[in-house]
Amino acid sequence: MILSTSFTKRSSGLRGRRRIGETIIQALLFFSGFVSIFTTIGIVYELGKEALLFFQMPEVSILESLTTTKWQPHTGNFGIWPLVTSTFMTTLIAMSIAIPLGLAVAIYLSEYATPKARSILKPILEVLAGIPTIVYGYFALMFMTPFLRSIFGKDIVEIYNTASAGLVMGILILPLITSMTEDALSAVPRSLREAAYGMGGTRLEVALQVVLPAALSGIAAAIIIGVSRAIGETMIVAVAAGAGPKFTLNPFQGAETITGHIVRISGGDLSYDSIDYNSIFALGLLLFLITLTLNIISQRIVRRFREVYE
Amino acid sequence: MKEKLVNPQYNVNIEGRNRSGSIWRWLFQLSTIIGIIALTALLMNITNSAFGYVALEAKVDPATLATDGVSLEDQSKEQLIELLKSELSSGAYNKLDKDKPFAERSRSNVYQLVLERIVKYEVKQTWSLWESLTRSSEIKKEAAENYPNAKLQFISWFTSDFISRPQSSEALTAGVRTAILGSLWTILFTLLLAFPLGVGAAIYLEEYATDNWLNRTIRTNINNLAGVPSIVYGILGLAIFVRTLEPLTSGALFGLVDPTTANGRTVLAAGLTLGLLVLPIIIINAQEAIRAVPQSLRNASYGIGATKWQTVWSHVLPNAMPGILTGTILAISRAIGETAPLVVVGASTAISFDPTSPFSKFTTLPIQIYQWTSRPQDEFRALAAAAILVLLIILLSLNASAILLRNRFSRRY
Repeated sequence: MILSTSFTKRSSGLRGRRRIGETIIQALLFFSGFVSIFTTIGIVYELGKEALLFFQMPEVSILESLTTTKWQPHTGNFGIWPLVTSTFMTTLIAMSIAIPLGLAVAIYLSEYATPKARSILKPILEVLAGIPTIVYGYFALMFMTPFLRSIFGKDIVEIYNTASAGLVMGILILPLITSMTEDALSAVPRSLREAAYGMGGTRLEVALQVVLPAALSGIAAAIIIGVSRAIGETMIVAVAAGAGPKFTLNPFQGAETITGHIVRISGGDLSYDSIDYNSIFALGLLLFLITLTLNIISQRIVRRFREVYE
Repeated sequence: MKEKLVNPQYNVNIEGRNRSGSIWRWLFQLSTIIGIIALTALLMNITNSAFGYVALEAKVDPATLATDGVSLEDQSKEQLIELLKSELSSGAYNKLDKDKPFAERSRSNVYQLVLERIVKYEVKQTWSLWESLTRSSEIKKEAAENYPNAKLQFISWFTSDFISRPQSSEALTAGVRTAILGSLWTILFTLLLAFPLGVGAAIYLEEYATDNWLNRTIRTNINNLAGVPSIVYGILGLAIFVRTLEPLTSGALFGLVDPTTANGRTVLAAGLTLGLLVLPIIIINAQEAIRAVPQSLRNASYGIGATKWQTVWSHVLPNAMPGILTGTILAISRAIGETAPLVVVGASTAISFDPTSPFSKFTTLPIQIYQWTSRPQDEFRALAAAAILVLLIILLSLNASAILLRNRFSRRY
């Protein structure tokens, strides 16, 4: 009797006690979770604020920015197109390498390779993915450019050119696309493959006509993430694509991308509130908005078009 | 019988299908091989530049410095010191003595000083490793014709001296110690910011967060932050850590301003910027590690009367720790290789003194590589290749330790 009452008392006491320590800890944990929101707000606020200052400057007008093709801050020319076209060009070249190769390697790894081959190839891809981008930049300048120049001739290919930067960027993005695509392919259930083999399909037909369409949403997401990575890629273009914005569609000429321009401008001692300082925030905001949109689209695609099995 | 089973209009064409099958298979294999070739080309390209013949021209011929018939290489330490005393101005000599008294210096160190200060070798031309191996006799002939006063030497740019020497504007005496120390200092602050915040956020999201819009926003937001280009973090760091928080990051708040900086472009600002950059990586990896801890462990802990935090602290975290640490190591190797955000935050272009406090100017290994690569002279490209080797070795050992950690502590429930 006595035992039981004391027990009840204690347990009710336990329930009643307010644990301040636990509450404080929970608040701290919530705060760490919330830091990521602060970061996003910080990015939008700081970039937006300075970009607004940039567009308020008398030399700059949004309309002129979008309609002229010369970016020369010192003479008051702020046509965004040279930077955008070169970014577009390096991205296009990179993706024209990374998409076919990436898909082919992923299909090979997931549908053809023996477990042993896969256990060797996957670490190699991981090594490729782990190499810092500045190393790829060095590779573009010291290997790809001389290589292109020896093929097409030194008169056609400039020392700094978007082609070599784009090609090497393709190698950089290859492992990203491969690993995301391979994840998508291996998520396709085995029963689908078995059914297709049962119908008499060859291995290729099963891979291309059954597995690939079933994994399409994941592959699309991988490609979009790849594009977003290529647009934001900096060091390769800063080293190999050339300094100085140039409005050209010739991949063998040097042209500065958005990211390359930001790095070159901020490389020196940038004084606050100068037009250069504000312009990198406007460009950064542009970059942030483009990549954010691409990332959101990719997440939407995965969520909406994912084939759910079982 | 057969005609009935197979529709005559349907062309089975097994042979053709198999043929296209093997062609495509070959294409898939080819793509994989191209990927491997790319990696090999990259590694070989770097090794190729990091070693090779160099034509060195001395400002003062070492032969003329021989005293009493003893060549420069064989002279004793005392003789070399005498030489320095007589050839250098007394100011320069005293400065060297002040940096480190000659009595304490080793003979090889003094010999190095003689080479640097008096002989002053200058690189006239460099050859790559491949050229040096295959056209060695031609190179010798070429060097003898073009640089009659120069001596041809096969050197490795990647040496232990290269790692232990500070940065210098002379290619032959430049090293990466300043840059490595800068990287370490930066990573220290990256970790101090990102590890507690990242693990805390992961615990919150996995153990505490209910499914409401705020927590969903946090989750989506973390995924989006992981996709933001690194240079945008650099711009954010420039605006917040360098400019707005300048009193903190320059050390003025603590009265510890480094006389050489006097603005916010410091080790601390760089570390915090990289901290924000790797935060999403640490959170996502830690979340996965925490999710892998089985529910039964938590239930057992609750069953003996533990509170939520006691459960998390004594059961969930220890079991998730290997996974969390693996993710953290991966985040560190990402941070060590980052260049673009640090250029924007304001890495110094040429500093030869080591960082000594959070408020020092900084340079890091990738920044150093970037600067050397951007210079047109071949010898600096060779230095960049050697520095890349150092960077890749650091990254490789980090990744290897992550794999070891994962294998050693991986438990299956």
